[in-house]
Amino acid sequence: MIPWRRPAGLPPVGPVWRVASLAIALGVLAPVLSLAWIALGSGLGHWTNLLQNVLPQAALNTALLLGGVGVLVLVIGTGCAWLVTVCDFPGRGTLNWALLLPLAMPTYIVAFAYLDLLHPIGPVQGAVRWVLGYDSPRQFRLPDLRSLPGAIVVLGFVLYPYVYMTARAMFMTQPAHLMEAARTLGDGRTAAFFRVALPLARPALAVGLSLALLETLNDIGASEFLGVNTLTVAVYTTWITRSDLAGAAQIACAMLFVVVALVALERHGRRHQRFGSAQRMHAIQPHRLHGASAWLATVTATLPVLIGFVAPALYLVWETVKRLRLGGGLSQGLLGSLGNTLGLAAGVTVIAVACGLLVAWATRQTGSALPRTRWQARAASLGYAVPGTVLAIGLLTPALAFDAGLATLLQLPGLPLMAAGVVLVVACTIRFLAMPVGGIEAGLARLPPSLEQAARLLGENPAGTLRRVHLPLLRPALAAGALLVFVDAMKELPATLLLRPANFDTLATWLYAEAARGTYEEGAVAALGIVLAGLLPVVLLARTQLAGAAPAPRTGHPPP
Amino acid sequence: MTTTPQSSALRLDEVRIAYDGRQGEHVAVDRFSLALDAGQIACLLGPSGCGKTTVLRAIAGFEPVRAGSIHLGDVLLSSPARHLPPERRRVGMMFQEYALFPHLTATQNIAFGLRRQPRAAQQARAAELLALVGLAEAGGKFPHELSGGQQQRIALARALAPSPALLLLDEPFSNLDLDTRERLTAEVRIILKRAGQTALLVTHNKAEAQAMADHVGLMHNGRLARWDAIAR
Repeated sequence: MIPWRRPAGLPPVGPVWRVASLAIALGVLAPVLSLAWIALGSGLGHWTNLLQNVLPQAALNTALLLGGVGVLVLVIGTGCAWLVTVCDFPGRGTLNWALLLPLAMPTYIVAFAYLDLLHPIGPVQGAVRWVLGYDSPRQFRLPDLRSLPGAIVVLGFVLYPYVYMTARAMFMTQPAHLMEAARTLGDGRTAAFFRVALPLARPALAVGLSLALLETLNDIGASEFLGVNTLTVAVYTTWITRSDLAGAAQIACAMLFVVVALVALERHGRRHQRFGSAQRMHAIQPHRLHGASAWLATVTATLPVLIGFVAPALYLVWETVKRLRLGGGLSQGLLGSLGNTLGLAAGVTVIAVACGLLVAWATRQTGSALPRTRWQARAASLGYAVPGTVLAIGLLTPALAFDAGLATLLQLPGLPLMAAGVVLVVACTIRFLAMPVGGIEAGLARLPPSLEQAARLLGENPAGTLRRVHLPLLRPALAAGALLVFVDAMKELPATLLLRPANFDTLATWLYAEAARGTYEEGAVAALGIVLAGLLPVVLLARTQLAGAAPAPRTGHPPP
Repeated sequence: MTTTPQSSALRLDEVRIAYDGRQGEHVAVDRFSLALDAGQIACLLGPSGCGKTTVLRAIAGFEPVRAGSIHLGDVLLSSPARHLPPERRRVGMMFQEYALFPHLTATQNIAFGLRRQPRAAQQARAAELLALVGLAEAGGKFPHELSGGQQQRIALARALAPSPALLLLDEPFSNLDLDTRERLTAEVRIILKRAGQTALLVTHNKAEAQAMADHVGLMHNGRLARWDAIAR
């Protein structure tokens, strides 16, 4: 006989699942706790040295970089989103999704490309000199890209899509009658934007801004290539150059304060996003621009795509073709790092999606009340906010201790887990676990609870229900999560630099090494591989986030 | 513009409103004419899709006209050659969904259209209108803290605040329950008459039209089929 129970009282999973979910959540928290332990346990003397010699300059650089990038991404992202929402101009349909393309470009690749493109003897400066009638770089040269303003511009034009995406989604759901009401009350289009549309979009802008700034904080390649000594760069050099783990941990701890502030900003934004969907009526219809203003709009919305994606992508294609023609194929080293990249990304994807499924399923809501295990899903999703270097430093001490113990126990030489890349896979899993957890949670929330209740009443246990009912229905969420993790793991640089086994290169570290040496041999080929892979989730994002944003058929109310 | 609520009168002459669709031109309103004296309340009555809301939106400046003209007093608002932007028409509108700004309090919503006035004057006018609509205590509340009927009255107060020459009301009672609707229909007429406000409202409810208006126009297929005075 099947024991009947009220659905609200169904335990979501058995004890094995519960323990596994708890272990994953604690595993994600472990590096942060270990970081605090190292930082606090290393004595005050260390801190004094750090506060006097390292932190002030690195913290100032980081603050200026965050401030500059913040302003730039807000202006570009919000401006383009508003333009595409309220105006119809040549190319609007394409630019609507093309404005997302810079998301496919890791910041270090764009910095790498522009360093070569804007080199004093590179093509751009050469062309400018030719136009102005100069012969040599001594007579005329553009300001050096290797500077804080240079880094701000490069990062701003790559990271603005985070704001564009959230702002565009918000403007698409803003009811048109709010803007119309402002117009009838005496506001022109510009005034109505600043007094109504922008205040209503503020929560969405906060979410996009915090994501862009978390990426800025995570960046190591672009800052280092462009000569800006940020906190992230300081963590890396303190550990790698000076072998000072305690010092690195202390700087990483300081970064965590910035992370907490940014995550608080993001959460605040998400909590207040109800404004957007509270009164969903007919959406804002774009009004057609004519003549010069139409072309001005096209140029304005095209520039960020050109600078953030098209120019560096064309450069990479050009350099790759040149390399393949002249060099006669790819080196064994590069092919090896391609294999390493795919292997690492595949391993991280399988583990992250499995962990994500486990946590999301074990902590799902089965009754009317939120389960007490909900915090585990939130904790498991925290890794996205922790910069790769911080995560790596936090993971290093417990991993090394565990590894040494394991080596002694099994009588193996060296550090078996570190050498096999297991620690790197764990770090990447922690960093990218938020994507499968979030995606699967959202997928589960869309399925009616009656499906599970029916399966359970028909005698199936939770695991069987998952396998026979939910897994087939969750396939799109699983695939999307897997794709996002795979591509992000391919692009990952900071944690990989710190935790990779000896003589192990991925495409990202290969590119980093070439840029660090100042050679541009096969770096462009590696970069192009990463960018092509990175395009896949952008296409996915454009299809899901901006669906329905194409020019609306003129069946509703046309604009004034 | 020099028109005042007392001297203004609305005039639509042979107005035509159409959209370009996939199957050619779709005519929403055709050869539509009406005249409304200052201080009068008129109502356009008709089934869904007959074009009555489109007429309202054209008067507000949200729809261009393809033929004919719309005048408010001596001011030409719309013609095929001229389109005065909505913010310069001195036409207020109360939307079907109220369109209260969710990030502003009731007082801030009411004062929204008064930004060129000193702050003290804005506050005084907002307080005066809150009292007029019977919600003197609700000024500090946000729209989501108000009931449907209260939201409707705040929307009315907001539309009245800049003293528009003409007030448009688009299905003003359709989101309310039956009891509230009956009570507010009478109240809104009293408020409008007390303010000496010229108003044009749109509804598909015949009883509502007769309770509110001095004139009722019956619309059919984008045209004005009848225009009757209501005896009071």
